[in-house]
Amino acid sequence: MPETAVTTDHPVGGTDDPPTRAGGGRRIAIARMRDLALIPAIIVIAIVGQLVSPIFLRPDNLINVLQAMSEIAVLVLAQTLVLIVKKMDLSLESTVGLAPGVAAWLTVPVGTGHGLGLLPGGWSVPVALAVGVLIGVVNALFIIRFGLNGFIVTLGMLITLRGILTGISGGQTFFRLPESMLYLGTTQWFGMPASVWVCLVLFAVGIVVLGFTSFGRSLYAIGGNVDASKAAGIRTDRVLWIVIVTASLLAALSGLMLSGRLASVASAQGNGYIFTVFAAAVIGGISLNGGKGTMFGAFTGILLLFMIQNVLTLGGVPPEWIGALNGTIILIALALSRVTGGKAQE
Amino acid sequence: MVTGAPVAEATGITKRFGPTVALHEAAIRIEAGQTHALVGRNGAGKSTLVSVLTGLQVPDEGTVTFGGEPAPRLADRDAWRRRVACVYQKSTIIPELTVAENLFLNRHDRGRGGLISWRTTRTRARELLETWSVDVDVRTPAGELDVEQRQFVEIARALSFGARFIILDEPTAQLDGAAIARLFTRITDLQQQGVTFLFISHHLQEIYEICDVVTVFRDARHILTAAVDELPRAELVAAMTGEAAAEKGRGRNGPPAHAADVLKVDGATLPGVYDDVSLRVRAGEIVGLAGAASSGRIELTETVVGLRTATGGTVEIAGARPRPGSVPAALKAGAGFVPQDRHRQGFVPEMSIADNGTLTIPERLGPAGFIDGRRRDRFARSMIGKLAIKTPGPELPVSGLSGGNQQKVVMARALANDAKLLVLINPTAGVDVRSKEFLLGKVEEIAESGTGVLIASDELDDLRLCDRVLVVFQGRVVGEMASGWHDHELVAAMEGVELDA
Repeated sequence: MPETAVTTDHPVGGTDDPPTRAGGGRRIAIARMRDLALIPAIIVIAIVGQLVSPIFLRPDNLINVLQAMSEIAVLVLAQTLVLIVKKMDLSLESTVGLAPGVAAWLTVPVGTGHGLGLLPGGWSVPVALAVGVLIGVVNALFIIRFGLNGFIVTLGMLITLRGILTGISGGQTFFRLPESMLYLGTTQWFGMPASVWVCLVLFAVGIVVLGFTSFGRSLYAIGGNVDASKAAGIRTDRVLWIVIVTASLLAALSGLMLSGRLASVASAQGNGYIFTVFAAAVIGGISLNGGKGTMFGAFTGILLLFMIQNVLTLGGVPPEWIGALNGTIILIALALSRVTGGKAQE
Repeated sequence: MVTGAPVAEATGITKRFGPTVALHEAAIRIEAGQTHALVGRNGAGKSTLVSVLTGLQVPDEGTVTFGGEPAPRLADRDAWRRRVACVYQKSTIIPELTVAENLFLNRHDRGRGGLISWRTTRTRARELLETWSVDVDVRTPAGELDVEQRQFVEIARALSFGARFIILDEPTAQLDGAAIARLFTRITDLQQQGVTFLFISHHLQEIYEICDVVTVFRDARHILTAAVDELPRAELVAAMTGEAAAEKGRGRNGPPAHAADVLKVDGATLPGVYDDVSLRVRAGEIVGLAGAASSGRIELTETVVGLRTATGGTVEIAGARPRPGSVPAALKAGAGFVPQDRHRQGFVPEMSIADNGTLTIPERLGPAGFIDGRRRDRFARSMIGKLAIKTPGPELPVSGLSGGNQQKVVMARALANDAKLLVLINPTAGVDVRSKEFLLGKVEEIAESGTGVLIASDELDDLRLCDRVLVVFQGRVVGEMASGWHDHELVAAMEGVELDA
């Protein structure tokens, strides 16, 4: 990344030196630029991509990239909300599988796979979303009501939910999904896939909510200093409940988009997503320590990762090696964002 | 005194935490326009009284009134904030957010469509800070403010809620002399504008400087309330400690004439912080480093123990030259270190006293990296005895101790490796009168045994026991005073060079 932010080394303890005041303006500018830190990298990748293959910048390829990333981008959005309030939700990736999985289980007619055919097809979308909400409520109950650590709770949920999906599907894939489940993954709106629109609109809403509403700002306040937020009259528990449940709901939506595109629900749907999700958020400037980062940054993070993947594919990298390269690139990107961010991640 | 209902009054307050009685039928009455001091040793019940007065805790018995009216319900935070605000030692700002946002958190200005209008929020923040003449850019992330600016911002925020009664919880603990002076000017100004302060401090001098009335708490009880100018210092100390304060004779002999140097700093330079500093500390000698907060004395001291690396010059500890910038090397060479901020650098709060006290000497606790729990506890027990740490046992987490006792643990650790050179930064910050005397007495004792001591502090009491005090200004040693200086001489040396501040 060509951009190198100034690393300001503060003396330990509140020393009172006049340069702090004078340098204030410059540092504010840098803080704003952190938000746009990935833009140069995205431009570089776009140029490299165009050199590798002239197809890269063609609209249909770009839409392709956007569609490929849309489901996981929604997860990044959800995780970003959770990370800003200084929590973690690992179970998002299994919610991606379980929510549409339960919907398919209940609506797919008997005889095809493990379907029960208990509900008409029209119920599939509400059921999937309801499963998402339910998972969120369970998570929130453990984390907020019982005060357990979010990491370990959602790790437990991750394993449990994945197990439930394997259980209800018998380890097989659900096919012949009802029409309504396919809608989001297959329809085109104004020349772009619906899932791309959903993803972009959600991020736009996310940017506005986080940047310009009291609710959004309370997320940063809670992530930065819970006690101070309480003292400022923020109902911290309520905000945390909303965030955790919303995140699971978004994960269910992401699962619906994915199932719609693939016209099936595999019993391993969503496995391994969470690493990419965390990586994209961190590369995009979201702090694992809470209270820091923007929705726009998170979007650029996931966009960058998928553009790199697309360039690799176009460059003819054998598919067997994509995984290894992908992991390496994420690690390099993390190291670079550490350098440009200037501060150590803890 | 002023007539009419007091700004705040608490009567018959009793508060228990399990078996501990934090307050026993305590009372305080704060009249409008006063600056009222609340003093007491650590554990006297000051903090509990503050949380009762600010509505963070309900007393088991007793009532709180504001301006004659009963206190609002606990859940009605807004009503509380209109009556009273507290600026705590621990920051209640959110470091990642800007000053403007911190000021108007959860009550941002809305523009069209119910969205936050950042411009209006910033403008109002700027107006607010101007009203109370706080010179801070509202766009600065709050985490970058220094302690002084943060306090002013917090005071302004409190005033913006309409509160005209403000509690300052040890506001001067982390400030240097010049900043304290500015804070006091501000307090006096606000007082004239009708703001009432409750001022909590360990520094009796400050109370005599700016407070009108003082209330003393001891052992969870109210002891006395009196006008400051009618209460001699000795009586105030007696009320706090429960015994008459004996004038202590400080008959230090100083180091033997031919004692070897245990610390030699030659031409140490760190651009922008300190420049070409040389100093010596002999075995058995106590040397003080005085100066304003930005003078570079803390950074210089941290360089000695390897927390910072100087770009030029040498540091020699007890004849050896530890690798610059390496704390383990400095400790190995024979340095013991009490860092500036015990909460941040001094100890691991959830670890036991025994573990904290022996962090620097694992090699003595067992073979090849293993730790013998019994040996560690034996070690810790001797430490607890030597430094009179008040604890039921070595297994208690340090977070459960009072400030003074925490500092003793840090001191114990510094002494654990039989230091030849003891380096102390603000060793008595936030520590009650008795613990302070004890700690300083211990320092003298250590020096008597032949250890060289370097103290960087802005507390005159810490510096008083030094054989020599070096005055640091803008990264240079500009003066030296032999023991027996008068307060005003040293203060003048520190402040006199600060005319531009």
